[in-house]
Amino acid sequence: MTPFTTLTSIAVPLIRDNIDTDAIIPSREMKTVGKTGLADGLFAGWRYTAVGGRTPEPGFVLNDPAYAGAAILLGGANFGCGSSREHAAWALAEYGFRAVIAPSFNPIFRGNCVRNGIVPIELEAGAFASAPQPLAIDLPAQTVTDAAGAVMPFAIDEEAKAMLVGGLDAIDLTLIKRDAIAAFRKADAVQRPWAYL
Amino acid sequence: MAKTIFDKIWDRHLVEDLGAGTGLVLIDRVLLHERTGGVALESLAEAGRAVASPAQVFATMDHVVDTLPGRTDRTIMPTGTAFITATREAAKAAGITLFDLGDPRQGIVHVISPEQAIVLPGLTLVCPDSHTCSQGALGALAWGIGSSEAEHALATTTLRVKRPRTMRITVDGVLAPGVTPKDLALHLLARFGSSGAKGHVVEYAGAAVRALDVEGRLTLCNMATEFAAFSAIIAPDETVFAYLEGRPYAPKGALWERAVAEWATLASDADAVFDTDYSVGAADVVPMVTWGTSPQQAVPLGRAVPAFADVSNRDTAEAHARALDYMGLSEGEALIGAPIDAAFIGSCTNARLSDLRRAAAILKGRHVAAGVRAICVPGSGAVKAAAEAEGLDRIFLDAGFEWREPGCSMCFFAGGESFGAQERVITSTNRNFESRQGPGTRSHLASPETVAASAVAGRIAALEQVA
Repeated sequence: MTPFTTLTSIAVPLIRDNIDTDAIIPSREMKTVGKTGLADGLFAGWRYTAVGGRTPEPGFVLNDPAYAGAAILLGGANFGCGSSREHAAWALAEYGFRAVIAPSFNPIFRGNCVRNGIVPIELEAGAFASAPQPLAIDLPAQTVTDAAGAVMPFAIDEEAKAMLVGGLDAIDLTLIKRDAIAAFRKADAVQRPWAYL
Repeated sequence: MAKTIFDKIWDRHLVEDLGAGTGLVLIDRVLLHERTGGVALESLAEAGRAVASPAQVFATMDHVVDTLPGRTDRTIMPTGTAFITATREAAKAAGITLFDLGDPRQGIVHVISPEQAIVLPGLTLVCPDSHTCSQGALGALAWGIGSSEAEHALATTTLRVKRPRTMRITVDGVLAPGVTPKDLALHLLARFGSSGAKGHVVEYAGAAVRALDVEGRLTLCNMATEFAAFSAIIAPDETVFAYLEGRPYAPKGALWERAVAEWATLASDADAVFDTDYSVGAADVVPMVTWGTSPQQAVPLGRAVPAFADVSNRDTAEAHARALDYMGLSEGEALIGAPIDAAFIGSCTNARLSDLRRAAAILKGRHVAAGVRAICVPGSGAVKAAAEAEGLDRIFLDAGFEWREPGCSMCFFAGGESFGAQERVITSTNRNFESRQGPGTRSHLASPETVAASAVAGRIAALEQVA
């Protein structure tokens, strides 16, 4: 996974509450078993004029040239609610997003972001949405700086931060502890034999 | 120190404290389905990693399989077959148990896991599916994860978990006749909002919860994800033990006795402190229906679509207006009487035998209104067989319902079957998102009873208007 330290990019505003993962990547756009080929389907229901079509809906913000190349997405509360499909994070990453700023996130979606190098930042995103502007994210410092130079600190849990900054693979990290896990399981199987099939 | 049920299960499964509130937690069961499980198994294999404990992993086909009678691997959903075959091959290669098409145990993952006693009290169970929280109904700590986390659980038998906060919702009193666990779930969503339990494990407690059977508890816990909860859990009791005893993967003999003795300790201590503690009166709960495009946009069935001023604590003006526009409704418009195009009974929320029985009791001797498409999809092969053994299929068919093969079906649109644009659907499912059941489809969530009554009336209807 690509490590994340700092990022400066235009931020595209999609400030709606309860944006669900069906909206981020409609089920009908999850056409293959793998994790790729999803960027085209990102926000397909809003981004294109017709279901299954690829004609851009001119009123949709991702199609506004003023936001071309944006790597930061601004969202509303409870962003990423609904289905646990990691395809939502895969589609965002493949499209080029490296950070989402929203007042709150669904917990499964937030975890999926972290596993795919996207930084979930809990901040009122509306403050950044008035005009197209570059934002500077400094993850080690946990700050977002707007075009006027205003600095906003944000909170993120230490495990997620370490994973993102280090570009770490969680499975590799955990497998270092495989002996401890095996010992725990061995002792536990004596205590709770019904848990082991 | 006094502990909640969650604390007891967490402590028992904590392999190592990773610091900063994160734990390395032992995972007892991993469940997979063809939509998100196949990709996890394939990705794991591509990385050269093995499934560490295949006997504790189960897979089923539910999400993209057709539910029409006579189905095969071919799907109405374009490319759906690839998900089925990839999952089948990956499951075989990994040596995990698969409830494949044609297996009488096949069905929706959160329906079959309790049926087979794959989920047990006190276990940790994960599945790359947001409705995994349903299974907390049996006193397990069960939660939905993404595919990467599924790979982690498969490869290591653990997950790195940020310890969730705890919430208790005590429902005192008795639910009135005709008021169902689905209505309670929608009542709680309307009251506390779609992020009302964000990051919490919600323990449902109180007399009204204890009075529910296991199937009712599964319905209640199912919609905790609509609440943004980490999961939901209910203290396991005699109701749960009686339900599980003798089922295929339940412990047997002396081991059963030993397990039950331990499970009986899985209640929150009397003086345990929750991060958030709510109390709700069961008498305040009435049949509910959603009017908008978020499950929190729910109202008592007899009420009108709320004015923005009445819900401004929950929604922005824009979200309210957008939902009204999408649903083709106006503020103050009555929901009862709104003409419907379709009625759907199914999903991990409400497709168990008791759901079908209650719907059938309304449909018996009646017929679906002209022009209404009505579909019933049993949640599993076992539900379907049991329903057919007592003649429920005949009641549904005679009433004009389609009677389907088990699966998730039209709970969501995956590119195959769907309801039409602007069609109004009354549905026993869990999500009324924009285009969830079809591009432009307008979904109203309700109990199976309300779906059945509305199908007969041809309009959103209360039970007493029909029965």
